Amino acid sequence: MQTVSHSGPVASRLMPRLLIGLAVALTLLIVVAPLFYIFARAFAEGWRVYADNLLHPVTRHAIWLTTITALIVVPVNIAFGIAAAWAVARFRFPGRSLLVTAIEIPFSISPIIAGICYLLLYGRQGLLGPWLMEHELQVMFALPGIILVTMFVTAPFVAREVLPLMQAQGSEQEQAAVTLGASGWQMFRRVTLPNIQWALLYGAVLCTARAVGEFGGVSVVSGNIRGQTNTLPLHVELLFNDLNATGAFAAASVLTLLALLALVVKSILEHRRG
Amino acid sequence: MTIAITSLIKSFDRTAVLRGIDLTVEAGELVALLGPSGSGKTTLLKIIAGLEWPDAGGLSVDGRDWLALTAQERRIGFVFQHYALFPHMKVRDNIAFGLTVGPRAARPPKPEIAARVDDLLALLQITHLADRFPSQLSGGQRQRVALGRALAIRPAVLLLDEPFGALDAAIRRDLRRWLREVHEATGSTTIFVTHDQEEAFELADRVVVMGEGRIEQIGTADQIHDHPASPFVARFMGAVAELPVALHAGRVDAAGLDASRLERRAMADGPARLFLRPDAIALEPDAASPWILHQMASNGAVIRAVLRDGTGLELPADLPRHSAPKLVKGAAYRLQPLSGAVFASGLGPAPSEAAPSSILQEKHA
Repeated sequence: MQTVSHSGPVASRLMPRLLIGLAVALTLLIVVAPLFYIFARAFAEGWRVYADNLLHPVTRHAIWLTTITALIVVPVNIAFGIAAAWAVARFRFPGRSLLVTAIEIPFSISPIIAGICYLLLYGRQGLLGPWLMEHELQVMFALPGIILVTMFVTAPFVAREVLPLMQAQGSEQEQAAVTLGASGWQMFRRVTLPNIQWALLYGAVLCTARAVGEFGGVSVVSGNIRGQTNTLPLHVELLFNDLNATGAFAAASVLTLLALLALVVKSILEHRRG
Repeated sequence: MTIAITSLIKSFDRTAVLRGIDLTVEAGELVALLGPSGSGKTTLLKIIAGLEWPDAGGLSVDGRDWLALTAQERRIGFVFQHYALFPHMKVRDNIAFGLTVGPRAARPPKPEIAARVDDLLALLQITHLADRFPSQLSGGQRQRVALGRALAIRPAVLLLDEPFGALDAAIRRDLRRWLREVHEATGSTTIFVTHDQEEAFELADRVVVMGEGRIEQIGTADQIHDHPASPFVARFMGAVAELPVALHAGRVDAAGLDASRLERRAMADGPARLFLRPDAIALEPDAASPWILHQMASNGAVIRAVLRDGTGLELPADLPRHSAPKLVKGAAYRLQPLSGAVFASGLGPAPSEAAPSSILQEKHA
C-alpha cells in the first residue's frame, strides 16, 4: 500500500483515503453493527431480564447440550486430525491422495446435506435404522446424532492446520529420535507434538468455534425437541420463532461471546506461531 | 563392530536403487561411501540404520542379524545431513535425548546423564553453547551438536549422511580434521556418505565408490586414484578426457598420441578407450599431430588448454604455467599422457554396464 503522504496529483492522494474509508464503512455496516445490535437487543429490557432469559431451564439445557457436544467433538477431532495428518505426511500408501480429498469434503459440502445423509443412514427409515432399532440405539433426534454431524462438519480443522506443518518439517527429527532409541510414543510426545503444538491449538480453537456454532446439519438430525435436543444455535431460532426476541438475542449473545473469545485466542496463537 | 552386508537389493516403486551390495566394514574402521547423487549411498546408510528396509539381502553386525532388529534396538548413532536437531530443546537436552528415552530400566541415572553430556560438550568443544537453542547456532556448531547427540548413546556404529554437505569450504576442512580426531578418540566403527572426493579420501581409511546402485570399487585413495576399476570410477575421479585408441601388443596407439610414458598391459589387441585426467597430460609441439590448440586460459597457476582433433573430439589439458612449453593458439601438439586408464571398447556410456579390463600405471619420469 502506498503511503498517503507523498506528493502527487490530487487524485492519487484521494484514492487510498477513499478505499480505506470504504473498507471501514463496510466493516462497520456488515460486521460490527449487527454484533453491537445483538448486545443492544439482549440488554434492551435490562440486566434482570437478560439474566432471567439465560437462566431459563430450556436455555440452560441448550447451553449444556452445546457444551457437551463441543467437549466430545473437539478431542475426537484432535485425535483424528493428528492421525490423518501423520498418515498423509509420513507414509506413502494406496489411497493417500483420496484421504487428503476426503478430509476436505466437509469444507465443500453444505452441512445440511451432511445432516440429511446421516438421517438417511441412521434414521428410522434409514439403511441402518432397523438394526439400530433392534438394538434400541437412538442415534437420530438424540445426542449421538448431534455429535456425529458436528464431528463431520468440524473434521477438517485440525488436520488442515497440522498437515502442512508436518509436511514442511519432514520426518528427519522423528527418525533421529528413533535411532536414539525412542519408542513410538516417546517420539510423538517429545519430538512430534512440541513441533506441532501451536498449529494444533489453533486448529482446536477453530474446531471449537465451529462446533459451538453449527446450525444447519444439527437442525436436520436433532429434531429440535425443546429442552432435549436443542443446541444453543437451534435455541436462538426457536426463541425467535416464539416471538421472544429478547430471549433470542440473549442466547445469541452467549454464542457471540464464545466466538469473540475464540477470535482472541486465535490471534494470540497466530502471534505465538509468528 | 564388524558390519557384513551381503547381496543387498532395494527398489523404490520400480526404480532399482541398490542392485546387489556386498561390503564388509571392519571394527573401528572409518569408511566413506562416495558417489554422485542417485548412486544409492544414502539408501545404503539408512538400511544400516534401520530407517529403510531392503527388498533382499543380508545385514549382520558381529554375526547378529540386524534385519531382525528395529532401529531403536540397533544402538546406532545417525547424523543427518541437515542435523535434524530438536528445535525446542537446548543443546544440552538435545545431546541427552538418547539417554532419557527407551525402557526406563535402561536409562542411566540423572547425575550420570549430566556427566556424560558434560564430557561430550568438552570433547566437541561446545561447552559454552550448552544452554543455547539450535536456532542460535551456526551450521558448524549444529553439526557438532548433532554428532554429540549421536555419540551420547555410545553407538555400536556411527553413521553420517553428508556430514559436511551444508557447510562452507573452510569449516568443512576444519571439521574434517576434527571428526577424524573424534573417531580416533571413540574408536567406533564409522561410515559416512559424501559426494566429495577430497573429503572421502582425506578422512576415510577406505573409500567405497558407488554408482547407480552398485559398488564400483573399494580401496584407499591411492588405489582408486591410480587404478580406477571402471570407466565410471575413472570419470568420477576426474578423467573427463576420453580418447578412442587401438591396442597393439599391449600398447595404446592413436594419431598424435605419444604413449611412451604409459605402461604396457596385458590386453587383447583391438579398439579401446583411454581415460585421461586433464592434469596428467603434457603437450609437445608436433606439426604432424591432428591436435590443434583451440583455446587457452590461465588462472595464474594452471593453464587450461582445449585441443581439437578435427573430428569433433575435444580434450582439456591443465598445464602448470611456469613449466609448460610456450603454447601457440592454432598450432599442433602431440599429447603425452603421464597416466591414464584403458578400458576395452564397446562399453557404452553407462558406467554401471562397464566391466574393468586393465589399467595403465603411472610411470614416474
